[in-house]
Amino acid sequence: MKRLQRLLLAVILGFAATQAQAQITVDITGGALGALPIAVVPFEGGDAAPEDIAGIVREDLTRTGLFEAVPREDFLARPARMEDVNFRNWRVIGADNLLVGSVERNGGQYQVRFELLDVYAGSRMVGKRYTASGSDLRRLAHTIANEVFRALIGRGGGFNSRLAYVRAAGAGDARQFRLVVAQADGHHPQTIVTSSEPLLSPAWGPKGERIAYVSFEAGRSEIVVQNVGTGQRRTVAQFKGINGAPAWSPDGSRLAVTLSRGGNPDIYILDIDSGETRQFTSHWAIDTEPVWAPDGKSVLFTSDRAGGPQIFRKGVRGGDAERLTWDGDYNASADISPDGRLLTMVHRRNGQFRIAVKNLETDTTRVLSQGPLDESPTFAPNGVMIAYTRTHGGTPTIATISVHGRAEANLIQGNGDVREPAWSPE
Amino acid sequence: MKHPIRWLSIIVIALALSGCATTDQGGGAAAGGQEGQTAGAQGSETAGTGSSGDMEGSGVEASGAQGSGGFTSADLEDPSSPLSERVFYFPFDSSQIAPEDVETLTKHAQYLSTHPEVSVNIEGHTDERGSREYNLALGERRAQAVADVLTLNGAAGDQLSVVSYGEEKPAATGHDEEAWSQNRRVELVYER
Repeated sequence: MKRLQRLLLAVILGFAATQAQAQITVDITGGALGALPIAVVPFEGGDAAPEDIAGIVREDLTRTGLFEAVPREDFLARPARMEDVNFRNWRVIGADNLLVGSVERNGGQYQVRFELLDVYAGSRMVGKRYTASGSDLRRLAHTIANEVFRALIGRGGGFNSRLAYVRAAGAGDARQFRLVVAQADGHHPQTIVTSSEPLLSPAWGPKGERIAYVSFEAGRSEIVVQNVGTGQRRTVAQFKGINGAPAWSPDGSRLAVTLSRGGNPDIYILDIDSGETRQFTSHWAIDTEPVWAPDGKSVLFTSDRAGGPQIFRKGVRGGDAERLTWDGDYNASADISPDGRLLTMVHRRNGQFRIAVKNLETDTTRVLSQGPLDESPTFAPNGVMIAYTRTHGGTPTIATISVHGRAEANLIQGNGDVREPAWSPE
Repeated sequence: MKHPIRWLSIIVIALALSGCATTDQGGGAAAGGQEGQTAGAQGSETAGTGSSGDMEGSGVEASGAQGSGGFTSADLEDPSSPLSERVFYFPFDSSQIAPEDVETLTKHAQYLSTHPEVSVNIEGHTDERGSREYNLALGERRAQAVADVLTLNGAAGDQLSVVSYGEEKPAATGHDEEAWSQNRRVELVYER
């Protein structure tokens, strides 16, 4: 708890410092100032296992920006269990917490155990053991990272969630678009749709079973809902004009979508089972990219009714649309954090498209990414990191950045363009 | 008045065209010496009328009412015909059609109005910058602006179908203004 307070204090100070300087500052240190120092010891027996469990846990934790991994080179010992730990060895290298464990082959399975230790109290915070097949070890490592995150931060880390994204490869007639689902660290990618026509805008249903996306397989845009496990798919919108930007209601019964059947793009609410639609916005401007607030009471969307694209919010039961973004002349493609406090979006500044975060309570906006052509930000279910399409240096990659801008990582790249990450619920 | 801006732009275009149309009719009828720049185009139109005799005739005759019509499907392949120009470019985040493109689109509208059996896909595209779904909407707005010019000048609504690909089908693959300017476009794709 003390650590959480310290962390929060650091975050608050960070925000205060930012506000004092300017409305918007670019804050990318790459380091992890104010993050919790944790030592993750390579698991005993790990050399013989198909996955580096300790390494996966360490990467999961540091990508959030809330943890700083003490370098392995600094370790004075490599214990595997609490009774072998000399806590002074870890205090002296500045580790607040210590993760130790072991992996042991037993027939076709692996037995894995870990202990998370509080270095200053000299006590165990949590310890568990598991049995898993070799192909499940990476998922198990994410589970252990979740245990550590929960013990130290007080809520789920979401490391067992998944990332959907689009990969486009090949040129001309050989160009192929794939909708891919991978683990949250980008590993174990599986293609769930392949098409010679564009696929875009994947969006996870609230239970993580279904994905809605836009497909041009019919030569024009249609919205498809697909069950990720069974592959079963259904076209839910094929109106004249644009059928785009699906976003799930928190209860999974409706999609907010963009349709232009009325002459120009407006937001409609589509009941998935009945197929009935209700017009939600009605404006001569472009209204698109809806996203539901986590409480289901309002929908945020992009509109250029004020000139350039900006983010607006409107109550699901009616009322006027309220403009939320005022910094800069281009704010689009919003996503909202699971707690509803933070908004992330594509923000243009000095001709560069970057990922920004706006705190809806304090009204502070921070630019996180470097640009120049970043897009498609999506919140991780833990609410402390964002995945986005990063274009620094040409070929797009899918990267993560912590909401404080301190931790950045490239997750997915190579073999054509990768883009439009969508992070599943926890 | 759900679309004030679009209607406004239609009115502006209509005003511009009503000016153009009278000039065209006068110039077209009287040999195109008055404006050097348009003379070439009008010359080829005359040639087009001549070679169109073997096509389904009604369209050609109806073209008389338009003054400068008389295009045939052969013009689509003829580099000297305005109908060979079927890609129109736009500034960033804009669906404003350049005045010279409005003129070219007027010729396409004449061709369509005299050939009701012909239909055309109007494909809107954007460059890669900014958000994809917003670009999908922007591409449609561009395509719709082109469709409006065509309808206003005599093309029938059922001859036109508008589709936006947003930034998904770039014509040029670079990541600089040279590529972007080629990608912010509307393409007319005639159905054969």
